Amino acid sequence: MKQTDIQFDQNGQLRHFLTIDGLKRSVLTEILDTAENFATVGTQQVKKVPLLRGKTIINLFFEASTRTRTTFELAAKRLSADVLNINIDTSSTSKGESLLDMLRNLEAMHCDMFVVRHNLSGAAHFIAQHVSPHISVINAGDGQHAHPTQAMLDMFTIRRHKKDFTKLRVAIIGDIMHSRVARSQIHALNTLGVPEIRAIAPNTLIPPGTDELGIHVYHDMEEGLKDVDVVMMLRLQRERMSGALLPSEHEYFNTYGITSEKLKLAKPDAILMHPGPINRGVEIESAVADGPQSVILEQVTNGIAVRMAIMSMTLGRQASTEVDS
Amino acid sequence: MNILIKQGRMIDPANNIDKIQDLYIADGKIISIDKKPSGFKADETIDANDQIVIPGIVDLCVRLREPGLEYKGTIASETAAAAASGITTVCVPPDTEPCIDTTAVVELINQRAAAAGKCHVVTQAALTLGLKGEHLSEMAILKQQAKSVGVSNGLKPVKNILVMRRAMEYAASCGMTIFLHPEDVGLANNGCAHEGAISTRLGLPAIPESAETAAVSRDLMLIEQTGVRAHFSHISSANALQMIVLAKQQGLPITVDTSIHHLHLIDLDIGFFDSNCHVIPPLRSQRDKDGLLQGLKQNAIDVLCSDHQPHCPDAKLAPFSATEPGISGLETLLPLSLRLVNNKTIDMQTMVSKLTYEPAKILGLDAGTLSMNSAADICIFNPDTDWTVNGDNFVSAGHNTPFSDWEVQGKVTHTLLDGRIVYQINH
Repeated sequence: MKQTDIQFDQNGQLRHFLTIDGLKRSVLTEILDTAENFATVGTQQVKKVPLLRGKTIINLFFEASTRTRTTFELAAKRLSADVLNINIDTSSTSKGESLLDMLRNLEAMHCDMFVVRHNLSGAAHFIAQHVSPHISVINAGDGQHAHPTQAMLDMFTIRRHKKDFTKLRVAIIGDIMHSRVARSQIHALNTLGVPEIRAIAPNTLIPPGTDELGIHVYHDMEEGLKDVDVVMMLRLQRERMSGALLPSEHEYFNTYGITSEKLKLAKPDAILMHPGPINRGVEIESAVADGPQSVILEQVTNGIAVRMAIMSMTLGRQASTEVDS
Repeated sequence: MNILIKQGRMIDPANNIDKIQDLYIADGKIISIDKKPSGFKADETIDANDQIVIPGIVDLCVRLREPGLEYKGTIASETAAAAASGITTVCVPPDTEPCIDTTAVVELINQRAAAAGKCHVVTQAALTLGLKGEHLSEMAILKQQAKSVGVSNGLKPVKNILVMRRAMEYAASCGMTIFLHPEDVGLANNGCAHEGAISTRLGLPAIPESAETAAVSRDLMLIEQTGVRAHFSHISSANALQMIVLAKQQGLPITVDTSIHHLHLIDLDIGFFDSNCHVIPPLRSQRDKDGLLQGLKQNAIDVLCSDHQPHCPDAKLAPFSATEPGISGLETLLPLSLRLVNNKTIDMQTMVSKLTYEPAKILGLDAGTLSMNSAADICIFNPDTDWTVNGDNFVSAGHNTPFSDWEVQGKVTHTLLDGRIVYQINH
């Protein structure tokens, strides 16, 4: 049995959303199209649709998050689901209760979906492998592995501005080595047919095996940014400065930070993206972050529609199978 | 008890024998081959027609988990699993709890192994006290009084290179073989998967090949300087094997093994986080596996071993990097070795030699042969029996195997230890 099958139920419908790795273009397009339908809900007087009424969704966050958790919560509420937020200090799992025991307990409270963020790669897969058959799992970020809903909201944002993925040149800049966002973005861009994906970073932030990932590596911003349509910045975590990965924030900003000057190297209509939270003066200049080419806040807004789409596709599937049987 | 093993295909590489003949056993020893001794009356006759009779397998690296980790396995459970796998001697690394740095621990192991009576157990003594890499253990005493067959620091590499040099010098003067787990801790950086496209795709903390090659290189320099007899355990990368081959050609007193899973699995087999594929050293690339198989063909690898590490189920029930590394390997050692014969990587004699005579030689044991008057430690197996591996059916307390659902060939039917039948298959 193929391992990627875990994301689909017996009827071939999306049950979990754990990674973009292995998903077909048609699935990604369906998510984007569905999200397009939900995008207007937030602008209406009554920001609610009754699709997931009676469903219980648990946001299970083992790692701090504001943006992702909030947009998941809003997405669930706009779909009329009941939402429970549980923030777990990872130390509580070390108190003796295993991750599996915790899941069993939450399952016993009759929930329908877990939205999981965890600091270890593979945590969402692990949970999906062990939940009861009626429960769906959405990966809200696991270790350095995947952050598929972030990548989908990025794709949604790109599509709104650029229409055709197959004519784009995209540059991803920064800590690709440690970034789950970058991995999911790369899978999504490749699947949607983007012909040229560039990674711009020093070797210490480039993971091995980039050929297999289908990206071209640049160490120089001037070369790498030339004629790109989309500039995707990554957040540089401050703890990366403590090892031997980078000399200093000063040198990093100087070499790989995005400034209005450098952004001019890209196409004039290029859009600038960032998954947030941004570090002004570390990877991005304030003038650019707030500038006309920045779509950073649009990404946040789009996150709600995209997450509504993924939640309704995975949970809505169950509603229909229940009616059938 | 007198036992007659009738008409088996007897393969004994040490004596260059591969022939269908009868084997006569009395008082725990092989007393005659092919010719019935006068007055011999068999209490038991084993019909070995269509079966292969080889010396009992000697496994260089087996964790029994006792003392200290009995929730994972016991001397009784794991030696029973060894017997069911045709293994008659296991060599135990020192990383029990407490570790094997006193004769008391060896005595405990010996007593329990004797009480279980399923398999010979020999021990590697700790190279450094508490395996901490700081002070030398009392290795001379452990050798003389506890009969430890070598020294090792288990899976904890000695970080301080001066301590390593001294330990090698001292081991050399004790005439002890040092067993090495070559890993540079800094480069390994708490990783859990081979550094490459797969670790990148899965976002798993990675262990580069250089973690192994850098350690091998350092150790080779020290071996040359100190003259210690050394054995490299579970080599996983093609380049490290190449370095060892070259050093061997230059006359260094070294031998090397690979664990059988590194000859069958690669990093790709992790799939989406299969924790049964979490092992140290990690499953490496296809290129590495090909290199190891090539090395095996060219006789560069002396020994095949199981690197048996049984776990309780909880140890593997967590996100990949939070699981404990290791495979319960005893019961797949022979069938996976036979697979290398069936796919023509090596011939049957070579396989038997690398499972019996060669490891016995490295341990300095009079074992691994079917010579006249040697102890009757014997494995009889049917090479044609097809079966499907299922970890849940293992005799070992550890059911952790990535080989479940693999179709394999070859099943042990009888195991004899000192002329006693310690395992017999249920028909």
